[in-house]
Amino acid sequence: MKTAPEDVLQKNYITAEYGIRSWLLTRDHKRIALLYLISITLFFFVGGFFAVLMRLELMTPQGDVVSAETYNRLFTMHGVAMIFFFLVPSIPAVLGNFLLPMMLGARDLAFPRLNLLSWYLYMIGGCYTIYAMVTGGIDTGWTFYTPYSTGYSTTNVVPVVVGIFVLGFSSILTGVNFIVTTHKMRAPGLTWFRLPLFVWAQYATSVIILLATPVLAITLALLGVERIFRVGIFDPALGGDPILFQHMFWFYSHPAVYIMVLPSMGVVSELVTCFARRRIFGYRFMAFAVMAIAVLGFLVWGHHMFVSGQSVYAGMAFSALSFFVAIPSAIKVFNWTATLHKGRIEFRTPVLYAFGFIGLFTIGGLTGLFLATLAVDVHLTDTYFVVAHFHYIMVGGAVMGYLGGLHYWWPKMTGRLYHEGWAKFSALILFVGFNLTFFPQFVLGYLGMPRRYYIYPEEFQVLNVLSTAGASILGFGYIIPMVYLLWSLRKPRTAGPNPWNAKGLEWLTPSPPPTHNFDTTPVVTEGPYEYEEKSADDG
Amino acid sequence: MTGGGFSRRIYYAVGITLLVLFLLTVGVAYIDLGALNIVVAMAIATFKTILVVLYFMHVRYSSRVTWVFVSASFFWLVILLVLTLSDYVTRGV
Repeated sequence: MKTAPEDVLQKNYITAEYGIRSWLLTRDHKRIALLYLISITLFFFVGGFFAVLMRLELMTPQGDVVSAETYNRLFTMHGVAMIFFFLVPSIPAVLGNFLLPMMLGARDLAFPRLNLLSWYLYMIGGCYTIYAMVTGGIDTGWTFYTPYSTGYSTTNVVPVVVGIFVLGFSSILTGVNFIVTTHKMRAPGLTWFRLPLFVWAQYATSVIILLATPVLAITLALLGVERIFRVGIFDPALGGDPILFQHMFWFYSHPAVYIMVLPSMGVVSELVTCFARRRIFGYRFMAFAVMAIAVLGFLVWGHHMFVSGQSVYAGMAFSALSFFVAIPSAIKVFNWTATLHKGRIEFRTPVLYAFGFIGLFTIGGLTGLFLATLAVDVHLTDTYFVVAHFHYIMVGGAVMGYLGGLHYWWPKMTGRLYHEGWAKFSALILFVGFNLTFFPQFVLGYLGMPRRYYIYPEEFQVLNVLSTAGASILGFGYIIPMVYLLWSLRKPRTAGPNPWNAKGLEWLTPSPPPTHNFDTTPVVTEGPYEYEEKSADDG
Repeated sequence: MTGGGFSRRIYYAVGITLLVLFLLTVGVAYIDLGALNIVVAMAIATFKTILVVLYFMHVRYSSRVTWVFVSASFFWLVILLVLTLSDYVTRGV
């Protein structure tokens, strides 16, 4: 690849302009990424606060800390904050926004104003939802199942779904921007099969966002219409069908799992290649696997409804289709492993998170196959086994990838290096804390403890105490990076353009990059992971 | 020309056609066609959708990649309908 001058410019995207106005009206994708970073971190800690209260309540079999009604609100608001306001936007809106144009050799996204509008919509939806949480909250579960949500719940159902409805448009605008940018703004020579897998992952995620989010929007709108105007759509008492709500809701919400985890897979591909100093094993398979997961992810939603009254024949079809998702997922795991094989692995913090992702995602994925098996799911449905499974995917997978990416590109975003010792320590703490929190929940679920209950039989206490102890460690593990990453901002900008000796166009720019990213548009002449001269066993 | 490769006259023609179809939808609602009620209503709605997509959304003269995305949207709608119906038509079988 053509190299750019490595001298650090005096003016970068952070120092180009000063004042709050320059941030609130910015159209620079990198500044908008930082706005998102601050916003989603806030929501992460809001969601985490609710989780802490839940785990405290579950320390003992009795209801000691909160009432049943409050507990219902806690797990609902935990889910809403974490899924809609943290996990869905996390990697696309922060790392994707910052990196996609730079990885493509572009100066910005295709629609910079739309990008800023996307952040404002996120904030409007987020603030409205926070308002709804503060003024009574919501107790339906993050799934808003009808007819409870439309006919019986006395909590703030409509304000919360309005907040998520608005947020959906923020997602859609980001998705449109990424798709158009990837199609139209690639640097000369940057063909589709020279794109970094991070870009493929963002592209696949954007396609899912674009095709699925409108269905969530209309579903929540119909929910609101039924609740406010008593028009019978989902409530059997009004002539509706509650299963229809579940079909429409999961048509979005199952692909949403891939909205959360695909971007992390993209991050892991970057981390594994960089720190093993190897080309990715089977590049094209990895790219096609991402797209296959995006497509297959739309065909499996009925596995959330095996015991809800769905036809057993539909259940069988959804069960069979669900197994297919394992194929591209396994391709990715095997290829990351094959990339690491015989690599000269440098055990820096980002790759520790990548290792965490691969291991935890594998456990989450394999336990997903248990749940996709119809007969097994009858026993495990609505138990803690399900809770453990999706946390292994969403936290063990998505959050690990997000943190790995944040550590990897932090020097690029800020120009500063963080304390490596503390960072490794925190990656370890997070891994231990995560497993201690959620592995006991697999056992609890297998033994029959249902989810969403604030009391439980005494024989489950030991495992629940272990889980709560793990959650304390996990919470501590999340606070440590906050401290050392913020602390790093006090240091001088000495990271240099490419502290990891990584490949990729983003590393050709100074750290932090200037507003326009590249002085001259780079010309790409090779693939994204040319870390070695020759790879004998690469596919 | 007013953008998208269309003349103002086409916009007016499509707009008036949509209004006529709207009136037709309302009119048909007053006539009991039995099992054909839903068929006629959906046929008119589909035709209106096609007009909006092709002309107001400028898809008719857009690039092939735009056609791919528009087609994918409809294909995904088919996925939603077919897999949902796979539940409804096999209940109680």
